[in-house]
Amino acid sequence: MPCIEAHGLRKAYGATVALDGIDLSVEEGHILGLIGPNGAGKTTALNAILGLAPYQGELKVLGRDPWTERDQLMRDVCFIADVAVLPRWLRVSQALDYVAGVHPRFDRAKAEAFLAKTAIKRASKVRELSKGMVTQLHLALVMAIDARLLVLDEPTLGLDILYRKQFYDSLLNDYYDRSRTIVVTTHQVEEVQHILTDLMFINHGRIVLDCSMEEFESRYLEVMVNPEHVPAARALKPMHERQVFGRSILLFDRVDRRELAALGEVRTPNIADLFVAVMGNQPGMPQGAVT
Amino acid sequence: MNTQSGATLGSPPGSNEIPAAALPPTPTRPMYWSIRRELWENRSIYIVPLVVAGVVLLAFLIATIGRAIVIVDPVEKAAVLAERNHFAAAVMMAAAFIVGIFYCLDALYGERRDRSILFWKSLPVSDLTTVLSKASIPLVILPLVTFVVVVAMQLVMLLLRSAALLMSGLSAATPLSLEQPVILLYSLVVLALWHAPLYAWLLLVSSWARRAVFLWAMLPPVVISVFEKVAFNTSYFQSMINYRLTGFAREAFAGGGHGSIDSLTQLTPGNFLSAPGLWIGLAFAAAFLLAATRMRRYREPI
Repeated sequence: MPCIEAHGLRKAYGATVALDGIDLSVEEGHILGLIGPNGAGKTTALNAILGLAPYQGELKVLGRDPWTERDQLMRDVCFIADVAVLPRWLRVSQALDYVAGVHPRFDRAKAEAFLAKTAIKRASKVRELSKGMVTQLHLALVMAIDARLLVLDEPTLGLDILYRKQFYDSLLNDYYDRSRTIVVTTHQVEEVQHILTDLMFINHGRIVLDCSMEEFESRYLEVMVNPEHVPAARALKPMHERQVFGRSILLFDRVDRRELAALGEVRTPNIADLFVAVMGNQPGMPQGAVT
Repeated sequence: MNTQSGATLGSPPGSNEIPAAALPPTPTRPMYWSIRRELWENRSIYIVPLVVAGVVLLAFLIATIGRAIVIVDPVEKAAVLAERNHFAAAVMMAAAFIVGIFYCLDALYGERRDRSILFWKSLPVSDLTTVLSKASIPLVILPLVTFVVVVAMQLVMLLLRSAALLMSGLSAATPLSLEQPVILLYSLVVLALWHAPLYAWLLLVSSWARRAVFLWAMLPPVVISVFEKVAFNTSYFQSMINYRLTGFAREAFAGGGHGSIDSLTQLTPGNFLSAPGLWIGLAFAAAFLLAATRMRRYREPI
């Protein structure tokens, strides 16, 4: 059974279509990165999955309808929206008490152990903690919950690079165990590239790319083309071309690696570069640096 | 999504293995912890009654004990000390009413304004549990706090009276009758039941309004009253509102609750329970709370 299954998921705010009938299927144990520009529909999709907003279409999360069964679903689903949602008046000890009191799968000892590795004091209020500490606290609460699905919406927004690194390290080392499913949206694409198993680009409420990371690595290749080979490379119909330090970097979809190796240095592109290439071909988006 | 596993993470997922750390679910008490949560956030629920009680006690100390000490004539002195302090309980109830009003206005609005609703909704607590826990603050918790504080306050007053009398060589004050706490409890239950639709209305507006909760809560009654007055030159709606605010007095107490209530014979629970106004009010309260529950599900952070 897929962890998340959606058919024709649609959501409109008045005349603005936030989600334009997307189909989605996330298998259990996968780590999906949902990447898209601001206003693409990422948060709308996550809100629907979490039962935080109504939607049209068919959606099942862990076999449940999130909109009508949110409280039941939240026994198996964890969610970090962004750093700002823990109430500022809450004390750390109260947060532990409360989650332990309402969540059947919360392991308090685990949360305490995680907090012991940080500088967070039990008696502190959330308003007294730094932004990074609030995220650590939220992560400590969430990682101590034995959930089947973890949803992260811009979890590292506004954090400095040290915390961001720690966040994903903790997530992979202490939390992810291959039976859990993680869905993450972020603008810091390069930070999640190495942890994802699946990749999805979303724009204007539609899915524009949906592939596994294996597929991503075999399908897309980036070549730093030697100047004399540029015309030959262009003949192979790159999906995108950009200039770095006077060299042309061309991105290819489903072109044979050996063929490309003759033109220059071949490597797997960054998700961010693929994102720019794919989005650049979308109507209404600024064109990439095609010369 | 493609069912192939990511190369970066090795072994194929989807083998449905249960994590070794899987623990049996621990028992939970969502309602209990939701109410605790409200008390953590809104400390005015118990601080305001305590402060008001302190002020009332201070006033009592000056007005009664201070006066009695100055008076020389033992008969007059005893008479001053024997004065019942009805005012104290009434002040405490008024304070609880005001705290309840302001609590309800913010209860479902504040969590959307500071976006913490996203955190609360990420936990397995239903919207109904949340709304009922918030409704229980003015309907159960505040009356309970008021009861405990008033009884404690009256005990302290009794001790002070007795001390003043004994110091003057008079016999100790008459002990508190058991009737007083019963009358107090009855009054608190009557008030909570009678004002339930009021609190529920404020919770509903609080769950719906994007700003200016107080104004939105006041607007419909004012507009309807003014409209009725201008269009039909009647004021049925206005008198209905007045009845809702103060009608409990004539339904629950003999003599309309005027003057002091010293005896259980002045309580008319049968009359109160058979008043249609009570049940109509409770029906409205239930409807408002259900609407607030539904609204909480739909509303997103502001």
